[in-house]
Amino acid sequence: MVQPQKRDVKELLARIRIRYRYPLILLRAMVITDFKLRYQASLLGYLWTLLRPLAIFTILYIVFVKFLRLGAGVPYYPVYLLFGIVIWGFFVEATTQGLTSLVARADLLRKISFPRYVLVLSVGASVLISFALNMLVIVFFMALLRVPVRLDVLWLPFLFLELVALSISLAFFLSALYVRFRDLNYIWEVCMQAAFYAVPILYPLTLVPAKYARILVLNPVAQIIQDARYVLVTPQTETISQLYSTPWVRVIPVGITLILVVTSVVYFRRRSRSFAEEA
Amino acid sequence: MAEPIIRVTNVSKDFLLPHLRQTTLKGKALNMFRTSRTIEVQQALRDISFDVDRGEFLGVIGRNGSGKSTLLKILAGIYMPTRGSVAVGGKLVPFIELGVGFSPELTGRENVYLNGAMLGFSKGEVEAMYDDIVAFAELEESMDQKLKNYSSGMQVRIAFSVATRAKADILLIDEVLAVGDAAFQRKCFEHFRALKKSDTTIVFVTHDMGAVREFCDRAILIEDCSILAQGSAEEVAGRYTGLFDPQPATAPQVQGRRRGSGAIGYTEVIVPALLGEEGSLTLELEALAEQDVDEPAYGFLIKNSSGAPVLGTNSMLKRQATGSLRKGERISVTWSVPNVFSDGLHHVDLTITDRQGLDVYDHWEEAAAFTVVKDEKTPYIVTPDTSLVVARAGAAEG
Repeated sequence: MVQPQKRDVKELLARIRIRYRYPLILLRAMVITDFKLRYQASLLGYLWTLLRPLAIFTILYIVFVKFLRLGAGVPYYPVYLLFGIVIWGFFVEATTQGLTSLVARADLLRKISFPRYVLVLSVGASVLISFALNMLVIVFFMALLRVPVRLDVLWLPFLFLELVALSISLAFFLSALYVRFRDLNYIWEVCMQAAFYAVPILYPLTLVPAKYARILVLNPVAQIIQDARYVLVTPQTETISQLYSTPWVRVIPVGITLILVVTSVVYFRRRSRSFAEEA
Repeated sequence: MAEPIIRVTNVSKDFLLPHLRQTTLKGKALNMFRTSRTIEVQQALRDISFDVDRGEFLGVIGRNGSGKSTLLKILAGIYMPTRGSVAVGGKLVPFIELGVGFSPELTGRENVYLNGAMLGFSKGEVEAMYDDIVAFAELEESMDQKLKNYSSGMQVRIAFSVATRAKADILLIDEVLAVGDAAFQRKCFEHFRALKKSDTTIVFVTHDMGAVREFCDRAILIEDCSILAQGSAEEVAGRYTGLFDPQPATAPQVQGRRRGSGAIGYTEVIVPALLGEEGSLTLELEALAEQDVDEPAYGFLIKNSSGAPVLGTNSMLKRQATGSLRKGERISVTWSVPNVFSDGLHHVDLTITDRQGLDVYDHWEEAAAFTVVKDEKTPYIVTPDTSLVVARAGAAEG
């Protein structure tokens, strides 16, 4: 009885391997090319992936921690702040770069037939690699400030999964929409500027009146940032479950993410037939 | 009869004209309340149907803007047909352009891997054939230079070299493949010949009737968005040449590089596209008399790529009687010229005049072109077959 089942699984795996062989080859080539090109002429090269967030972090740290004294009540505030910036940075990079990913490679779209999602995924993969390197910086600071690691950290992969699903599905949706509406990149840039202040990145959520904090934290990005800080940095982070006094309220931001995933996939698939003509 | 490997059924393709489409929000907002939105539809293909059999070499010919490149992109799955369907029964590799994805900032080596990936080769597969690719392109020394430092000829060579590795049941080839210098063109054509021997199905879009006649089993002529003719390569190529016939209504041809009263004019010009080391060039011409003409003189002139006259003659100089023609009569003229030409592109000018050479019936500049490929590349106007013997004249004492 076990034998045929095994064969079925093997067959299925083989079929998947054949089907996704070309997309994977392309994805790999594009990500490698992107990394080679990005730091081409720069002296420090790949190091900039680490130096850039560090430099930005230093500026924000000086302004907000030293001068404005925002994080007075939060333990390990520097790491708390940096972690928020890194997560936010991933979200912004993945969506803004994802938005232009199709139009930027219109030359490829018009010349060869390949699964169009590869272009969006390659941007997503590049940004994800930068994110992983940034996480190394976080780990370094955690060790430096002796931040205790708790068992809660096991939730982190799920939060990252939610973050990636949210960012990449938005990238899919925006990239397909941008093919038709070329104003979208400006609009999205402004949105991201506004959202930067609407998401508790720089300030602790406790500074915001609970009435507003409850609304802010329904945003999946805010929920992810606060939950991630809670599990990795300090349990003194105000999360969505504290604001609503129940962990089940997470159904709302997670639900928003899932709806976005489904909508984006459907919209992208429907529109992808005409990318070659319109991009 | 086996199933066709490509079946195109009633395919039509419409494009929305981009400058009339609203692609910005402002435009959308301004037009939102307009009751009749005017979207102009441009038809690129209309009701195209044909089959391609396994192993067939099909030529797709047509004038610029006739829709043949759109058809190729639909076959390649880049564009979706507006109506109709395309069924493809095999692995298909399109060469709409050479060197897809090439990045000028990367080295030649890196670009080979990148372009290989675009054609579906994994890193390991490219590695295995890397040396062959470089050797075929004859670029061993410059693979670690950035692509932007390559000449365009070198870029094309490396791109073509990767492209020849593609394993496919069906190849779609756009005429862009026929760019490059004569030596490179010869390499392309040699590759086509090899493909034809293997069982690859090829769909080849071109303007070059010589290539169609030489390689294609069958051809399709697309004119004005639909199929005007399909059948044997010879027949369809003839129809294509016919598209350029002078229209009887517009007698004196002033436009372009063709002039004359039109009392008699050439209707068909057959010149081989490629001339190798073979002994002679043959021009096969056909002319149609629109009026009665008395003893016309037929002449030709061959010019090289810099426009310098290489050789020419006419029936008067050869003291050849040509006879008189009645209105509606056709005459064929065949010239045979020893292959003394130098390597490179040549153009043919054709004339028909009266006996004194005063009355010009048809003067057709650059009516045809052919490329000469010779191993001996001299900078001179002609390169006849000369013989050279170099031998030691016996050692001096000892």
